[in-house]
Parts: sequence; structure tokens; C-alpha cells
Amino acid sequence: MSNLTRREFFHLAAASGIGVAVLGAARPARAAQTTAAGMGVLIDIARCVGCRSCEAACKAAHGFPAGESQDLGPQSWTYVKTVRLTAPHDHMNLGGDGARTRTFKVQCMHCMEPACASACPVAALRKTPQGPVVYEADRCIGCRYCMIACPFQVPRFEWRKAVPAIQKCNMCADRQAAGKMPACVEACPMEALQFGPRDRLLAEAARRIASDRARYVPAIYGAEEGGGTSVLYVSDVPFQELGFPVVSRQPLPAYTWRVLGKLPGVVIGLGATLTAVEAVIRRRMEMQGLEEREQR
Amino acid sequence: MIAIRRPSAGRVLLWLLVLAGAAAVTIRFAGGLGAVTHLSDQFPWGVWIGFDVMVGVALAAGAFTLNATVHLFHLDRYGGLLRPAVLTGFLGYLMVIIALLVDLGRPWNIWHPIIMWNPHSVMFEVAWCVMLYTAVLGLEFGQAVLERLRLWRLLQIARMSIGPLVVAAVILSTLHQSSLGSLFLIAPGKLHPLWYTALLPVLFFISAVAVGLAMATVEAAAAARLFRHRLDLPVLVGLSRATLIILTVYLGLKVLDIAVRGAWTALFVPGVERLMFGLEMGVGVILPLLLLSVNHFSRSAPGITLASALVVVGVVLNRLNVAVTGMLGSSGALYVPAWTEVLITVSIVAAGILAYLWVMEHLPIGPPHGPRPVDGPNGAPWEMA
Repeated sequence: MSNLTRREFFHLAAASGIGVAVLGAARPARAAQTTAAGMGVLIDIARCVGCRSCEAACKAAHGFPAGESQDLGPQSWTYVKTVRLTAPHDHMNLGGDGARTRTFKVQCMHCMEPACASACPVAALRKTPQGPVVYEADRCIGCRYCMIACPFQVPRFEWRKAVPAIQKCNMCADRQAAGKMPACVEACPMEALQFGPRDRLLAEAARRIASDRARYVPAIYGAEEGGGTSVLYVSDVPFQELGFPVVSRQPLPAYTWRVLGKLPGVVIGLGATLTAVEAVIRRRMEMQGLEEREQR
Repeated sequence: MIAIRRPSAGRVLLWLLVLAGAAAVTIRFAGGLGAVTHLSDQFPWGVWIGFDVMVGVALAAGAFTLNATVHLFHLDRYGGLLRPAVLTGFLGYLMVIIALLVDLGRPWNIWHPIIMWNPHSVMFEVAWCVMLYTAVLGLEFGQAVLERLRLWRLLQIARMSIGPLVVAAVILSTLHQSSLGSLFLIAPGKLHPLWYTALLPVLFFISAVAVGLAMATVEAAAAARLFRHRLDLPVLVGLSRATLIILTVYLGLKVLDIAVRGAWTALFVPGVERLMFGLEMGVGVILPLLLLSVNHFSRSAPGITLASALVVVGVVLNRLNVAVTGMLGSSGALYVPAWTEVLITVSIVAAGILAYLWVMEHLPIGPPHGPRPVDGPNGAPWEMA
């Protein structure tokens, strides 16, 4: 339950030492703190050629049927999305041939302070210190509040199953525990995916942007979105054009905690007030009854 | 005791609905939620959450508002409305739980929040409140059962627990009614700006109090007609005065909130959101306010009943708008409930009505006007709580 104690706002500019604007409106920098944030994945949209090796590796690693998916699903924890660009823009690896579209991998963002984990009434979803947001079906009651809460529309539900579960990418937590990297990262032939500690990935992202300012847009998606995510994106096309959701920079759990945190006070205050009000009114009525009897 | 009527055509219809709903529920458990609903990954909550849970809980609010009125503020003349309200509340919560058992993907784990805690989750709070409050209502309702079974000694013991029970009922309801609004605070990018506000929990609570009083009125009017009782006009007038005040506060807060957030600009965008928001506020808030402000209506039983019925409609629309209408736009999905979804909802309501009628006929609940002496031990009159 460490997700809400002290919010760690990571301000990219302060951490990486270069001025990099983050998607969304400008806001004064918060105290720059980096903590051991666990592992993450950096996705470089400029490098991605859309070969879908990551998608295939994911399906193989988790025993899902092979094939290309058009969306996230119970048996497609990741897929490669293709977006048609409004204006052609030469591709880093494909040149003019890849100028009309961009491809990129979509999956759970593994938020630093996940809305899904905060929403889950039974803590079936939780953020591990190693980085992945993992799901335990045995705890789950199937309320689907995680799906309402997730700002990236990631969790999927098995609508056609009598015994359904929530399905989403777990950043190969099992493989990580065995000292291996996520299957998708291992499979990428273009080095468009990179696995490592989140703070180092942020520095690497900033380095790539700084070293090729003509190509990269000066933003790291996931640096601050939803309070920061373990999966980060850099791109040579603005994220909004690629359809990335604009997400609050404040961690979403804070929105409900503002109310929930007040509950103990409400319970005690209300309990005391109601008891007192009842006692006062009863006493007054007793006095009134007494007076009436005396008058008689 | 009220004479038991022959099974009427209405009752037969209700039973048929329950049976049809049970068949649909069987299909749901065999084939998953997708077999009977139009829910999707883009739109995971539909009418079952919007109506059965959100509306169900709101309309059960009469129990706690009248408990507070009678037991905390000692306004004894409303005592006759208390037991019907507690009954509606108790049955209402049982219906919510039945609906949840159908809607939850893994309902066999419904008890998990008891041992698997996440105090950061609004849903966790909702789960605990539903459990505790249903138990509290069960204990309160149990007194009518004890009375019927003439277990006077037990009843006397049960009476002593009323004080703490009522305080618990009001606290739990306050938390719970408001937390159904808090549920959506975590989705600032998803709920339409006409409804998304940090004040959601406050607005949900105030409207719950208003609809609690309105439901008590509607119920008294319906029961009077159904069981041929006389309506106690001064009691209705009292309730409607309170409704008028609460509804005014609600409207004021709502207008302020929308003005401060600048959400009124959304009113210039044509669409289903604007239409539903207009219906909710116009029919459910402004119209009853106008009716209750006109002497002619505010002093007649039909006028008050009509205004109260409109308040009920307004809260039904509001909860549906927050849970369904307001979530449509951002989802990119086109959610129209499947007929089986609607059937199951209707059948749960039908079961509730049947249970209500049965209890009214077999337990000392009504007539809904004033305290009524019941034979106590040694033939002494026994004042009803």
C-alpha cells in the first residue's frame, strides 16, 4: 500500500539535466526525486519498423495462439499499432518507404502509481517494487473497476468465459524473476525496445532526444503521464498525432484518496455529532413532558 | 392484519418476469457476461451497475433518512413511515446484492473484501458499507419479525440496540451514498464534464437524502392505494417541505459547481449528454421544485406525490447518467443494453415487489400513518417503534 504515501513526482528536466517538455500543459516543477523505481521498458517509435516480432514473442511466451492482433485482448497482451500520418515524414530505418505511417507497440504502461491497483477492492492488482503491475486472479471478484480506472484503457475482461479473469501485460514478471528480460524486448531486432531500470531509461530517452533534436519530438511519454509509468515512449511524430491519450499528470489514485482519506474523520465526527444531537433532543423532550405534567 | 388478496393478474406477471430473469441468469453463468450483455472492454459497466446498484442504493435511502428523522431528531409523527422505509431499504439492498452476484465476473469471491483489504479503493469501501448496512437493516427489520412471532422478551432486548443501530445506519449510509459518487473520481478523463466534479460524493449524498424522503412519500401514496389506507396529509406536507429545502440546496450546489468549473460550455454542444442532463435537471430537480413552491400543489396529496415521483425520476436519471451516459463519449463504444440485460434488471425489481407485497401482508409494517398500538405482553398496548 505504498502507492499513496508520498507521491514521487519525477520531473524529467531536473533529473536529466536538459530541457525536455513533457506532453500536456506546462506546470511548475515539483521537487525532483528519483527513487528506486524498478525496471521498465523504453519504446522508440522512430526505430520501430512494425515487424511484430515483439507481439509474436509475447504470445509464444504466454502460450497464446499466434497471429496478428488489432487490439489488446485477453490473449493479446500487446500488439503493434499502425497509425497513418497526416503528412509524410521519412522513417529513420525505412526512409521514404515508411514515411506514411508509424508503428508502435501497445501494452500496459505499468504506472508508478497504478489507478487499477488503487481501484481494486481486493488488491488483486498491485505494483511490485521490481516494476511490473501484476494481477492475481485468485483474489479478483470481477468487478471491473480497474477497467473504469485505467486511463490507458488497458485491462481486458474475458466476457465469454464462465470463470473469467482480467487480462493484461505483466512485463514478464516471471521471466524477470528468473533473471531474463521481457520476451518482447528480447525479440526486437531493431533495438526499438530497451529494458532497464526506469531512471536509466529516462536518461537514455533524454540522451536520444538531445542527440537528434531534428528527429525526435522533445517529449517522453510516460515520464509524467498518470504520475509516471514504467513503460516510456520516445517518438519522431508528436504523441497526440499518434493517438496517445492525454492523461492527468497527477497520479489518479490521489483523486479518490482525497475523499477516502477523510473517512475516518467523517465516521468519528458524524458518530459523535449524531449521538450528541439525539441526546440533546431527547433531553429537551423529556423536560417538555415533565413541564406539561407539572402544569396539569 | 391486512387481508390476503387472491393472486392477481399483476402478481402472475411479476412471477413470470422473475422466472424469465432466472432463465437469463442461468445463461449468464453458463456462457459468461458476454452471453447476455452488450458490455465490452471499452464499456465494462452497464445498466446493472447504473440501475441495479447505483439507482438501487439511492432509492433505498428512505431507510436512513427516516431513521434519522424518527430516532435521532425524535420527530415521532413520521414514525408510521419508518417501517415501510426500513423494509424498502432492506429489500433494496438485498436486490443490489443479487444484482451484484449477477454482474460480478467472479461472484463466488464476493466475500473477499472481508479478508483482502485495500483501503485505497472506493470499491472496497462500497463493499464494506453494503455488507454492514444490509446487516444493520436486517437487524432493524428483524424487529417486525420478532413482533409477528410475539417474542416480546427478544423484542425488548432488540429495542435497546436501536440507538447504536440508527447511528450506524446513518454513518454507513452517508459513507456509502457518497462513495458511489466517489467511484467515478478516479476517471477524470472518462466521465463527461457535465457530471465529473470533485463534488460528486457530496452531490450523491444530498440527492440521496432528497430521494429518501421522496421515496417514503411515493411509497406511502402507493401503499395507501394498494392497501386502502388513508393518507396522512400533514406528514406528507412535512416531508415535502424538507424535500424542497434539500432540493434547493442541491440545485444551488449543482449550478455553482458547473459555473465554477466552466462546464456550462458543454451545454452548447448538442448530443445525448446535453439532452440527458437537461432531462435530469429539468424533470427531476427544477420541475418538482416549482411544484412544491406552488401552494396549490404543495398542500395536496396528489401534488406532493407527483413532485416526489419526479424527484425519484430525477435521481434515477442522475445515477444512470453518471454511470452510463456520461461514460459513453470517452469510451468510443456504442453501448445499448442487450434485452437480456434489461430483462434481468426488470426481473430483480419484480422479485423485490413480490417480496415487498408478501412482507406487507404477513408482517406488522403498515399502515403508513402514525404509531399504532399492538398487543403487548399481558394484553397491554405495545407502541410501535
